[in-house]
Amino acid sequence: MKRKWNWSIWLGFVVVLAGLFSYGFFARYPITRDFPWANLSLLGIGVALLIVGLFRAFGRPQLYRGKIFGSIFTAIALFLFAFFSYEIFYVLRQVPLSAHAPRLGEKAPDFMLLDQNEQPVGLGDLLSGSQAVVLIFYRGFW
Amino acid sequence: MRSFQQKLSEFDARGIRVVGISVDPPHVNRRQSKKLGYTFPLLSDAKAEVIRRYDVLHHAAGPKGADIARPAEFLIDSSRIVRWVNLTDNIAVRARPEQILSAFNQIEVTGQ
Repeated sequence: MKRKWNWSIWLGFVVVLAGLFSYGFFARYPITRDFPWANLSLLGIGVALLIVGLFRAFGRPQLYRGKIFGSIFTAIALFLFAFFSYEIFYVLRQVPLSAHAPRLGEKAPDFMLLDQNEQPVGLGDLLSGSQAVVLIFYRGFW
Repeated sequence: MRSFQQKLSEFDARGIRVVGISVDPPHVNRRQSKKLGYTFPLLSDAKAEVIRRYDVLHHAAGPKGADIARPAEFLIDSSRIVRWVNLTDNIAVRARPEQILSAFNQIEVTGQ
């Protein structure tokens, strides 16, 4: 008898990949970026589906396929989950202390830099005729 | 910075200028501004001199071990005094424009 297609394994793996590759999309919105609950949920659902699939494959092997490829997919998915968690909960939190950054009430250091049109812009220029300036230091697009 | 672009009119209305600073060269900033529709300036600190002056350097965190800026936001008033700072401990968590707008409103109310 031909055994059944173990859809739970395939769907689980696809959901895990979706959880990983949707990071760029969810990172566009602070509500899903500050804590990546959407990605973590997808990864969790994917792994759960894989485990369901594995239970089927090993529990009723005469009925369901997937003992070998299910195990391989689950191992890859768990590795990806671990990698994602490492990046989110460890790598992203490795930020320098910046103990000597200007503090509240201190004078902001002056500067003169080129803008996107190669025009020099200084802190004084930014402040002339305005109430305040927001400086946003960012990592860059490269 | 997408969220700052979205709220830019509220910054304009209060006379607050918004600028981004990174190690990216001007031509990259020009391309990114166009692509993302940013109308506020992106300043190029290619040698990370100003980034060092503000002590917001993230050593060797860029591509090929380049020094880059860590995310940080400062609100500076017209007498060049720092009125609000955000030094995040998580690269993914940045200041939201609403935080800075309300900090500014607070200063206006108290006159301090």
